[in-house]
Amino acid sequence: MLAGRCLAATARQTVSRQAPHTHTLFRPACAHLQSRTYATAEKDKVAKFKGQKGSDGKYLVSLIEGDGIGPEISQSVKDIFSAANAPIKWEPVDVTPRLKDGRTVIPDEAIDSITRNYVALKGPLATPVGKGHVSLNLTLRRTFNLFANVRPCKSIQGYKTPYDGVDTVLIRENTEGEYSGIEHVVVDGVVQSIKLITKEASERVLRFAFQYAQDVGKLKVRAVHKATIMKMSDGLFLSTARDVAKDFPNIAFDAELLDNTCLKVVTDPTPYNDKVLVMPNLYGDILSDMCAGLIGGLGLTPSGNIGDECSIFEAVHGSAPDIAGKGLANPTALLLSSVMMLQHMGLNEYADKIQSAIFKTLAQGKTITGDLGGKAKTAEYADAVSFSILSLSLSLSLSLFLSLSL
Amino acid sequence: MFSRSSQRAAQALLRSTHAPCQPASSIAARSYATVNADIFKPTKFGGKYTVTLIPGDGIGAEVSESVKTIFKADNVPIEWEQVDVSGMETGDKHSEELFRESIASLKRNKLGLKGILHTPVERSGHQSFNVALRQELDIYASIVLIKNIPGYETRHKNVDLCIIRENTEGEYSGLEHQSVSGVVESLKIITRTKSERIAKFAFAFALANNRRKVTCIHKANIMKLADGLFRNTVKRVGEEYPTIETNDMIVDNASMQCVSRPQQFDVMVMPNLYGSILSNIGAGLVGGPGIVPGCNMGRDVAVFEPGCRHVGLDIKGKDQANPIALILSGSMMLRHLGLDDHANRISKAVYDVIAEGKVRTRDMGGNSSTHELTRAVLDHMEAA
Repeated sequence: MLAGRCLAATARQTVSRQAPHTHTLFRPACAHLQSRTYATAEKDKVAKFKGQKGSDGKYLVSLIEGDGIGPEISQSVKDIFSAANAPIKWEPVDVTPRLKDGRTVIPDEAIDSITRNYVALKGPLATPVGKGHVSLNLTLRRTFNLFANVRPCKSIQGYKTPYDGVDTVLIRENTEGEYSGIEHVVVDGVVQSIKLITKEASERVLRFAFQYAQDVGKLKVRAVHKATIMKMSDGLFLSTARDVAKDFPNIAFDAELLDNTCLKVVTDPTPYNDKVLVMPNLYGDILSDMCAGLIGGLGLTPSGNIGDECSIFEAVHGSAPDIAGKGLANPTALLLSSVMMLQHMGLNEYADKIQSAIFKTLAQGKTITGDLGGKAKTAEYADAVSFSILSLSLSLSLSLFLSLSL
Repeated sequence: MFSRSSQRAAQALLRSTHAPCQPASSIAARSYATVNADIFKPTKFGGKYTVTLIPGDGIGAEVSESVKTIFKADNVPIEWEQVDVSGMETGDKHSEELFRESIASLKRNKLGLKGILHTPVERSGHQSFNVALRQELDIYASIVLIKNIPGYETRHKNVDLCIIRENTEGEYSGLEHQSVSGVVESLKIITRTKSERIAKFAFAFALANNRRKVTCIHKANIMKLADGLFRNTVKRVGEEYPTIETNDMIVDNASMQCVSRPQQFDVMVMPNLYGSILSNIGAGLVGGPGIVPGCNMGRDVAVFEPGCRHVGLDIKGKDQANPIALILSGSMMLRHLGLDDHANRISKAVYDVIAEGKVRTRDMGGNSSTHELTRAVLDHMEAA
């Protein structure tokens, strides 16, 4: 089973900083790293961020603005990042698909940009409806081999839903399973669709899940499966999980049947706050959206797609062409995704600053967008967040000044 | 809650499923009477119906004991034919034999009440008994009713939805193989015939129960052929029912909508695996698997079982299990038989006990035992 480790070994990462909502409180978990020798040596980690600062002291990040409301919400992110003085320089890329030899591909310039920068932020993309079009999201995933999808959901103070105190993290295998795309008509009216599970891909995502758990201080990993019915495919995922768990003795591992997870999360999600859930593709797709439903929908949840080399952080909501250009869109999901990105890049200071400003603005509830029941425009909301960042740093420097003058 | 009689649904369904299967010439020969007196009505012997009872594993024995006690107290004209088949790895070779026996019994009686059989993960080369039973008897439609029970507060109010799930194909086909070591393929099968059958069932059910809308749940954006076939079939069948609104929704969105705004759903129809997911989400909305009844309908046999299929091994034998799901499934069965008086008396007593809120099992936030709850239901029936 450790054959797959060479694969893990090609990729290095400090996912550590990637948990979007982790607080400093959790960070001391890194102390564990010292005591462990195997599989977690810093250089040995899956999907470590490899980018370097440019000569101006800033990291280049590819920015895919997206369609529909994409440009507006990307503008908010840019404004807020400049208010926070984050060392990021955006490199806008266009991913409008082209047909090359009869296949849908994204432009080479876009691929070059992301490969060079190792990281990208992406707004919503509209998938053209029609025959033979592979969705752009899928194309990006395949091009950069983004094998894990990280979906944290945390209750937002100031937006009331039937559920309080939700803080779940779900990691989804992103490359195979039910989404293999292998389907055929056996005879007219009979279709076979193949779910593909391989040990290699399972091990990779599981290893990432355990590392992630360690890095964010949620020291429990739970694999979600349906191995009672799909004994071989989900059985393979499950047995791989048990094997990988042996390499992480400080993390508690258990497994749960998909049915039970669905039932328990809906009944009361709080017992899942100290766990990282990891599962095959389709289950992850359904459960991650369901968890988003618990806290108020896709407009409030960030997402990160982690690959060996590059990682893409994105808002998973649609491009909402009906309100595009009207300044009504809520940029929170993209903002929180950009915070995840900063954490992935190890820029925690800025991540924390921006994140607390977002939560503060939402909790105050004065300048929130229409989907949350407010009246503010996209730009007004972004200004409020920027203002909150500025006032935060101002009060900091003021207190510094005072303490000096005393 | 079950005043929308499942019998009417069953008859409507019967008519609709029969129609396409009959050669055109024989339609004239069929009268209403043949349908009504058809296979769906099991025969009475000595004034009693014989019903197969499969208690199942885990909490099965306790909750079916409760059902038996309550049915007996109400003098329900039912003779139980109990088969103690088990899915547990017991080591003896009887389980397969008992399983065959339960199939034979169900085929004979055409009616069954069933708990859930355990499926060990480790058992290889052996399918889940629950799935095998459904496939063997071709009980293709699973019905799960998700509705708030008055007096039992949960996070969501005014939930009233019904999940109709294809039971015999899809992801549960059981066809899997390992191409090379470490690469497993698992086949999901969707056929037009079975999709059409379940779609017709769903619309007939909606019509018979005064429901307004049927939502088809699928993932056709990814599984374009398989789920595409399912979605298109449901859509086409829907055109034959102009009074019922039809729409469709992608399964991940449906799950999200379910936990944020479940009130928008009415009847939902879907392939096998999504049914498993959504019925559990649904049960979570209204208060857990202990109170959600369900049934599985086929053309010949109907098996009633708790709507969300949990074995409950962890609380086995502790006298903590909630028998309400099985009691309500039982009273659905009585309506199916046309024994509405008994059904009403029993379900009313159950709802009164819940509404009163004094006697509740642990899953409902109380600390009463299975026996105490059964006793309370009996008391209410006597008082009535």
